[in-house]
Amino acid sequence: MTAARALRRHWVPIAMLSPSIVLIGLFVYGFIGWSLRVSLSEWQGLIPDYTWAGLANFADLLNDRRFQIDIRNTVVFTTFFIGGCVGLGLVLAILLDRKVPAESFFRSVFLFPLAISLIVTGVAWRWLMNPSTGQRTTGLNLLLDSLGLDALMSAWHTSEPPWGMAFVALPAVWQMTGFTMALFLAGLRSIPEELKEAARVDGASELQVYRRIVLPLLRPALLSALIILGHLSLKVFDLIIALSGRDLRLDVPAIYMWTTTFDANNYARGAAIGIFMLLSVAILVVPYLVWSMRRETEL
Amino acid sequence: MRALVWRPSRALAPVLALALIVACTTTPATSPAPTPRQTAGQSPAGGTPPAGTPSGSGEVEIFSWWTAGGEADGLEAMFEVFADRHPEYQIVNAAVAGGAGTNARAVLATRLAQGDPPESWQGHAGQELIGTYVAADQLEPLNFLFEEEGWLDVMPETLIEQISSDGNIWSVPVNIHRANVMWYVPANLEEWGVEPPTSWDEFLSTAQTLQDAGVTPLAMGEQWTTLHLFETVLLGELGHEAYAALWDGTGDWNSAELTAALETFSQVLDYTNDDASTLPWEQAAQLVLDGDAAFNIMGDWAEGYFVSQGLDPADGSFGWAAAPGSDGVFQWLSDSFVLPSGVDNREGALAWLRIAGSKEGQDAFNPVKGSIPARTDPDRELYDAYLQSAMDDWESNELAGSLTHGVVANDAWKVGIDTALGLFLADRDVTVFQTALAVACTALGPCE
Repeated sequence: MTAARALRRHWVPIAMLSPSIVLIGLFVYGFIGWSLRVSLSEWQGLIPDYTWAGLANFADLLNDRRFQIDIRNTVVFTTFFIGGCVGLGLVLAILLDRKVPAESFFRSVFLFPLAISLIVTGVAWRWLMNPSTGQRTTGLNLLLDSLGLDALMSAWHTSEPPWGMAFVALPAVWQMTGFTMALFLAGLRSIPEELKEAARVDGASELQVYRRIVLPLLRPALLSALIILGHLSLKVFDLIIALSGRDLRLDVPAIYMWTTTFDANNYARGAAIGIFMLLSVAILVVPYLVWSMRRETEL
Repeated sequence: MRALVWRPSRALAPVLALALIVACTTTPATSPAPTPRQTAGQSPAGGTPPAGTPSGSGEVEIFSWWTAGGEADGLEAMFEVFADRHPEYQIVNAAVAGGAGTNARAVLATRLAQGDPPESWQGHAGQELIGTYVAADQLEPLNFLFEEEGWLDVMPETLIEQISSDGNIWSVPVNIHRANVMWYVPANLEEWGVEPPTSWDEFLSTAQTLQDAGVTPLAMGEQWTTLHLFETVLLGELGHEAYAALWDGTGDWNSAELTAALETFSQVLDYTNDDASTLPWEQAAQLVLDGDAAFNIMGDWAEGYFVSQGLDPADGSFGWAAAPGSDGVFQWLSDSFVLPSGVDNREGALAWLRIAGSKEGQDAFNPVKGSIPARTDPDRELYDAYLQSAMDDWESNELAGSLTHGVVANDAWKVGIDTALGLFLADRDVTVFQTALAVACTALGPCE
């Protein structure tokens, strides 16, 4: 089929798609390219300065104590956030899949936090995780205290670094567990009952059914969950701002980028942080895209 | 915030504004936040700024981050004075809400990049304006205006010096706030048997007494209030001359005196509330009113907060003193308006600046905002007991500029110091902190 014939046959979809292709090309890929250029420049202050600086901004970042803290914090946050969401989400999905009464009620309850913006979550958990002691004890600490569980009272996100960051993952897990639960539940529902029946007929215990049949078949759902949660956690900004303002102990690259660019007017270095964040997300997302595209062509 | 931000009028406002910014930055498909443009005075319906405005008419767009509370009302009062005197102009109020300045400055940077400056904008007088906008050639010097209007005679000489660079004056200060104020409740201090300390050494022994009695000695809030405390400790420990030398490049950031001051600061931090990093400044100040803490060091916008809580500065329900070791020194900050170069309506901009620097304009703005005029000839009757005492100090004290609020260091340097402070709060290592401060002065400030 020649290009002309293809164009004649598909001109309607091409015409329909082209505005969004042009807009995405300009506003996403164009600006990525521009940010990359800025990150390789010496631009500081309000006046653009495209003097070539090579990789100096990136080299500075790697030697920057604050950026090292940011990376450590991101790793801690990502670990606890993904671990918590996937673990809890899987447990909830399996429980719901066991045909509990009022399943749709529970499903909605677990999904509701997803409807709240991270800013609201952050403000609410800022009150819940209030670390005040003595007479001013409030929030979760007050609850634990009145339940006689004083041993569990904590400084929460103001704990010594890096563990404070692990507590920042708590509200995020609270918010996103329902989402992973929904993903896993859809995955569980797509597993044919016959497979499980066959295993049971062959004498597999219920635990073995889950380990050998169900969990391996949930791998695509798990992968989607990892990608979506992973890129969220690498970009986290709003939750932390709402939870702790700009406490450097809980700093992450996105907050550092904001401060560097808009408070210190160091656009070159801000762009370098942005590019670094883009690359870290790309490392996660690109293999997934390649994998899913290859699957599509195989089908 | 910002966290080097000051005076957010509502605790939630910065958070909500950030929600807006995040919504706009994380979803590229949505349009940028609209700038609220409200027209005050006589405005033509649906008026757009005419191109090439003839002098003596047209719109005058005033850009600020005063969108709520006393500061918005004060700005409105100044607009009324302007509308009375200049019916030929229409004021366009281009205020950007939230975060007390951070968001507004990001919007302003975008507009300047597009070559579309407002007729005038609000900025912290001093190095914050000089380091960012003067360095980028965006402002016209205002010496001629100060001479014409006689402001050089009614504003303190040191103030003029500290808002100038290379002999050029860059903005018209409309108000003055004081940073080095220590707040307390006299009745509580009496009950606990302590006096307001007059030096940081004295503070440390008082603090020990208070802590033994189960009272938090010093209420502090999130990180920018820690930076605020830091600058008052530096001022109190070093004295105003050595403090000033730190900022003009003649002082030594490696000196033993500074080491001692940093060690004092570290000890002072041990006497603050353990939930400091989670409190906005109002809630930190509230701890003093509630009797949970003895002292709070905060700029005198805290007085506006106390008054809003129903207290009266005249009846002794709260008290104030200069921060320890800084009696006789007024550590100031100021909101000011500028003349952008290449602005559409230069005549209108100048008319606005003349009002902003006038006695009438400043006496309209400041009693409502809760600050004192930069001029030393205000109508004292209009101001409350605290502000009158601040006026006395403003006229008689030595002046020192504030770091947190943009007077003594440019933005990049200030962020560098704030980062060093944040790292110090995490590891509490004085030697590393001092080295980082010295490096920041060399890399981002005037040090050799």
